[in-house]
Amino acid sequence: MNRKDFLRLGCASLLGVAGRKAAAVHAAVQQGQSARRPGALSARRWAMVIDAKKCLQEKDCDKCIQACHSVHNVPYFAEKNHEVKWIWKEPFKEAFVSKESPYANEMFQERPFLVFCNHCDKPPCVRVCPTQATWKREDGVVMMDWHRCIGCRYCMAGCPYGSRSFNWVDPRPHLQNTNVEYPTRTKGVVEKCTFCDERLAKGQMPACVEACEQKALIFGDLEDPDSPVRELLRSNFAIRRKAELGTAPEIYYII
Amino acid sequence: MRDRGLIVGGLIVFLGLIAFPIWYNLAGGPAAAQPPEIPLPVSEKECVAPTAYMKTSHMNLLIAWRDAVVRQDMRTFTAFNGRTYNMSLSNTCLQQCHTSKADFCDRCHTYSGVKTPYCWDCHVDPTGAQQAAPPIAAHGGIEVAHE
Amino acid sequence: MFMFEKAVVGSRRYWTWILCLFGVIGIGFLAYLRQYDQGLGVTGLSRDVTWGLYIAQFTFLVGVAASAVMVVLPYYLHNWKIFGKITILGEFLAISAVTMCMLFIFVDMGQPTRVLNVMLHPTPGSMMFWDFMSLAGYLLLNAVIALVTLSAERKSIPPPAWIKPIIILSVPWAVSIHTVTAFLYNGLPGRSFWLTAILAPRFLASAFAAGPALLILLCMVVRKLTKFDPGREPVQKLSVIVTYAMIVNVFFVLMELFTVFYSQIPEHMEHFKYLFVGLEGHSSLAPWMWTSVLLAVLSLLLLIPPRLRKNEKVLVPACVIVFLSLWIDKGLGLIVGGFVPSPLGAVTEYAPTLPEIAITVAIWAVGFLMITIFYKITLSVREGLA
Repeated sequence: MNRKDFLRLGCASLLGVAGRKAAAVHAAVQQGQSARRPGALSARRWAMVIDAKKCLQEKDCDKCIQACHSVHNVPYFAEKNHEVKWIWKEPFKEAFVSKESPYANEMFQERPFLVFCNHCDKPPCVRVCPTQATWKREDGVVMMDWHRCIGCRYCMAGCPYGSRSFNWVDPRPHLQNTNVEYPTRTKGVVEKCTFCDERLAKGQMPACVEACEQKALIFGDLEDPDSPVRELLRSNFAIRRKAELGTAPEIYYII
Repeated sequence: MRDRGLIVGGLIVFLGLIAFPIWYNLAGGPAAAQPPEIPLPVSEKECVAPTAYMKTSHMNLLIAWRDAVVRQDMRTFTAFNGRTYNMSLSNTCLQQCHTSKADFCDRCHTYSGVKTPYCWDCHVDPTGAQQAAPPIAAHGGIEVAHE
Repeated sequence: MFMFEKAVVGSRRYWTWILCLFGVIGIGFLAYLRQYDQGLGVTGLSRDVTWGLYIAQFTFLVGVAASAVMVVLPYYLHNWKIFGKITILGEFLAISAVTMCMLFIFVDMGQPTRVLNVMLHPTPGSMMFWDFMSLAGYLLLNAVIALVTLSAERKSIPPPAWIKPIIILSVPWAVSIHTVTAFLYNGLPGRSFWLTAILAPRFLASAFAAGPALLILLCMVVRKLTKFDPGREPVQKLSVIVTYAMIVNVFFVLMELFTVFYSQIPEHMEHFKYLFVGLEGHSSLAPWMWTSVLLAVLSLLLLIPPRLRKNEKVLVPACVIVFLSLWIDKGLGLIVGGFVPSPLGAVTEYAPTLPEIAITVAIWAVGFLMITIFYKITLSVREGLA
């Protein structure tokens, strides 16, 4: 046998062995089947309505923020530069930048409004992500995959609402309590509200919605005409943040 | 060849050095060469996949679970024996059966020198030190973590 | 094949320069190890200003890389024989610049080990995906072109015919790498500083001023340190290109200022106000921006009159001034200006930290190291032929 033939035979054997191993693994992974969890909440288009008049009837209330941040192991940073927040409060003129009304009443000057990811129907963050680490699910939730995120922060540049946070350092030392049922994140990935996808899968409402004692946060299916969100939108005029940018945000504020 | 002696001698020394792990362990080596004893779960006798498969390919199963849960929102796994499980290493595998990561997972991983990928940078080990803190429920009275 | 043996033979001055570069690279490397271990929190970046010095350098250097087209196009498409001896210098500058770009992106990633996810999960809707692909392609193109043409020159034979279409391809490709980089910014609905159609033309104009200006400076260095003289004419032709490009760039900036300040839309004005006069008492970038403006005006005063431009004693400082002015504009003002104020109107200032600067300088040193080695090889080959 000459050298060329020997090399050819060697390569063919190597490929054969590798192929067989790959086929075996592939076959074994097929051994189980995955399915959606029974009892998971479903919708065609999740959305949230925030009744701003009900919110903050209790002064300085931040139960929704505490609920979200503790369930999801969101770290606390004293330095604003490294802040990680999924949901927080902004005064009206910052939450609704172009709708400032100088002679409006006190509510619009001082009272803070809840802001978080709008789960846009046309999300620019999803458009720009180079690895599909963030994507829009069929039910409208804009999800995060923290295994795939390369930390380029392009999504943060793309979001017109500043809803996203980056882990500039390891978040674990900045967690006071850890919820063992939910992972933390690590340094170098971007995170944001995911509409509590893990709770929806268990048939539970998002943490912020449940924690609100005034029932100011209403979560439901926009495509179901009988859902509580549609009812509220029918009977009240609601505004959205920067809707003129074409992002189709799905958080509605009844003011 | 003028330097035949040197070359052959050098080759023998090289082979000897390169095969050091093999003949050192054969000759007795350190006591840690013994494979570890790992405690098997008491409550269950069958894993989510055949033991032989799990021994060789548990990482593949975990990656398939990861993609199904995160990217497809599919969390229920029907195993080869028909039983269903919630696809979660932390909340199913470690809570229900392998109740100590240190005793079950880490012993083999440390022995064979296979570092787990950075999974545990994010995922929480409920059987470890965190076991002391109870899981935080989301409804009603939330402990104020700060401020 | 790569003629590296030519790069390991050199004078004491050559080796001192190489060792200094390695020293700088070493320090930056150590700083990067710290950043890799602790995270990007060691930089001056923040939740509001998420891109800073690294991405700004990347943006600036894509322009420098694209500017190789300014010597390739006239020579290969229009037979301007005058550029014959310096196209390879332009191509090597492009290779070094693109490598620097890739390094700057790499050090900016939060999870650099996952960078290949961009190729494993291609996302044609994302401009960053296309930027990655076009930069990689441009690097490959220029590497092949430089290698083939230099090898042919060394053997004193004309390059093979198949390299011609590849060289022609590099011309639109060069334009595309910088256009796609501009697209990274000017397609974002939430960033009104960048949301302007003129961003890509402005990028190209500033690239075609900064790149050839650097090439002129490199030609001067080469003339002083080696036996190779690019000649007076190519340098003069390049200086005309720099002049026109700088005029167009300044014109574009004035157009932006008019649009923003005549329309008086607050969201658009605020970024320019922050950069030049500051907002809410924060104005750390204002001195830099005004310096950039003054340098730009000064450079035009030195470059436009032919008598001054033709005098190489004036041309060299003018090129330095052009490069500095555009570096401040693109390498500092453009990125930070887009993030301040934030989408919620917050003013968060940004200043790079020492580790950040060390890593940045180290990557520039890598680029200079590459240029040094490439030019040493090229010019040794030419000296060998002469």
